[in-house]
Amino acid sequence: MYDPRLAWMLVAPVLLLLIFFLLLPIAVMLVYTFFTFVTAGVESATVTLANWHEFLTDGYYHGFLLKTLRVGGMTAIICGILGYFPAYFIWATTFKHKWLLLLLLIVPFWISFTIRTFSWIHILGEQGLINVTLLKLGLIQEPLQMLYTEGAVIMGLLHFLLPYMILNVYVSLESIDRTLISAARSMGCTSAQAFREVTLPLSLPGLAAGLMLCFVLAAGSYVTPQLLGSGRDALFGNLIYDTIMGQLNWPMGATLSIVLFMVLGCFAAVYTRYMSMSQIVKGLGG
Amino acid sequence: MTAATHGDREGKWAWRLTGFMTICVYIFMFAPIVATVVLSFNSSMFGGFPMTGFSLQWYAKLLQNEQVLQAFRTSLWIALVTAGVTTIIGVITAYALTRFEFNGKQILGTLVILPALVPETILGVGLLVMIKAVDQPRTLWILILGHILLAVPYVVLVAQARLVGIRRVYEEAALSLGASRAATFREVILPLLLPAVVAGALLAFTISFDNTSASLFWRPAGVETMPTQILSMLKISISPEINALGTVMILVTVGIPLLGGLLLQGLTRLRRRGNSTEVEQ
Repeated sequence: MYDPRLAWMLVAPVLLLLIFFLLLPIAVMLVYTFFTFVTAGVESATVTLANWHEFLTDGYYHGFLLKTLRVGGMTAIICGILGYFPAYFIWATTFKHKWLLLLLLIVPFWISFTIRTFSWIHILGEQGLINVTLLKLGLIQEPLQMLYTEGAVIMGLLHFLLPYMILNVYVSLESIDRTLISAARSMGCTSAQAFREVTLPLSLPGLAAGLMLCFVLAAGSYVTPQLLGSGRDALFGNLIYDTIMGQLNWPMGATLSIVLFMVLGCFAAVYTRYMSMSQIVKGLGG
Repeated sequence: MTAATHGDREGKWAWRLTGFMTICVYIFMFAPIVATVVLSFNSSMFGGFPMTGFSLQWYAKLLQNEQVLQAFRTSLWIALVTAGVTTIIGVITAYALTRFEFNGKQILGTLVILPALVPETILGVGLLVMIKAVDQPRTLWILILGHILLAVPYVVLVAQARLVGIRRVYEEAALSLGASRAATFREVILPLLLPAVVAGALLAFTISFDNTSASLFWRPAGVETMPTQILSMLKISISPEINALGTVMILVTVGIPLLGGLLLQGLTRLRRRGNSTEVEQ
């Protein structure tokens, strides 16, 4: 009903931003993967397949990629299992101050991610809560090595991603017509059956959106492995950072970024094949 | 619906388990944060347990740390600019996406949420490589524009969700009564959209103030934002000063949205009261 030219004028600032800061950089990055690395910080525009050849033949990179996918997958699945309970509880509870439970889920989004991550050092570290308590109780003689392990990295990622998961599942639970459950119950379903046959299937879109979001964000993480993991627990994001900021090997760094982008993009494509993208949007906006 | 969950014995146990798991998850979410806040008052020289006494010395020391103060000012400034610009362009984009029909609307709608879904490492490298390709130095403005890119999806989503809920009848009424489109937007839509505008601005502020991964790539040489400053301090040791810094940051980033929310609630209550008196007259 309105003039499309006006619409284009209105979206122009955001469109330009997306073109120059999102699309063009990815395109330039793609071009860079075919550049030749000369020495630290210097590359020439001679077209080469050396970067791709190195990536495809060197097991070092494959190991990193597999580990990243494994850590991302494990994090997403644990998030799904742990996150379903609070989402269901908030949805089903008759507790009057339900909004408080929801608010508490949003508060972590406001707290600096760096601070939330390093605060785990106070729980898992040698002078952390667990070790100090166990030492005092005399249950252990030596502090346990919990920090700087893969477990600590997954713990940090869970801490960062659980609110995303819970909110996604909650949003899809909220959209269920509650009379369906009453109907199932009145037809003789036990509550477990009603959950299995009605509630769980209807909340699967939210669960799937949460899993997708958690997987992508975990697999792309950089700060968490750096703070909570040892050198061995570095993920693909750390590899990219070191290649670019440490070795100043820009063509290889660009290649690795494009690889991560394509791999995660494939997962997202498989996801959108079966689920609609709008589910994730609901979770993000909610 | 609670009948569905508490019907039989099996259901009762399942419900108890759910409640127990919920409590565990909430403890998991907040225990580390509480530990950091508590430890910031520790008088010990080391940044960990056990507590040896109460002290505010780490806060005093923080106030004298010029590097930290500088990083705080930088972050605050970047976040304010980001919040302002993102809110304006984001709300206008959301308005166009919900109220106009044009070719490519669907594509733009998807494109605009991409920055929230693509890992920051990739966005970070991409922009950096592009800047290098055109031989531009990293400047503060690039960093700010980058932050705007990261915050835009959230502002658009929040505003869009609210705009969908505002009925078009109001605008049509204003238009048919002779108001211009700009006046309609200003007088009708914007007031109704205000909660989403405030929420979007707050979100954009915290996204920028908090951003770590991408800022590590984009910041100009020698510039530290708050999170990158914390990261470089953590490389040296977990000093108690970091706990104090963390606590201050939590106060700022949690306090501002909470205050904003309260303010908004107060405003709507005032306006509602104003409206009801008008009706009575």
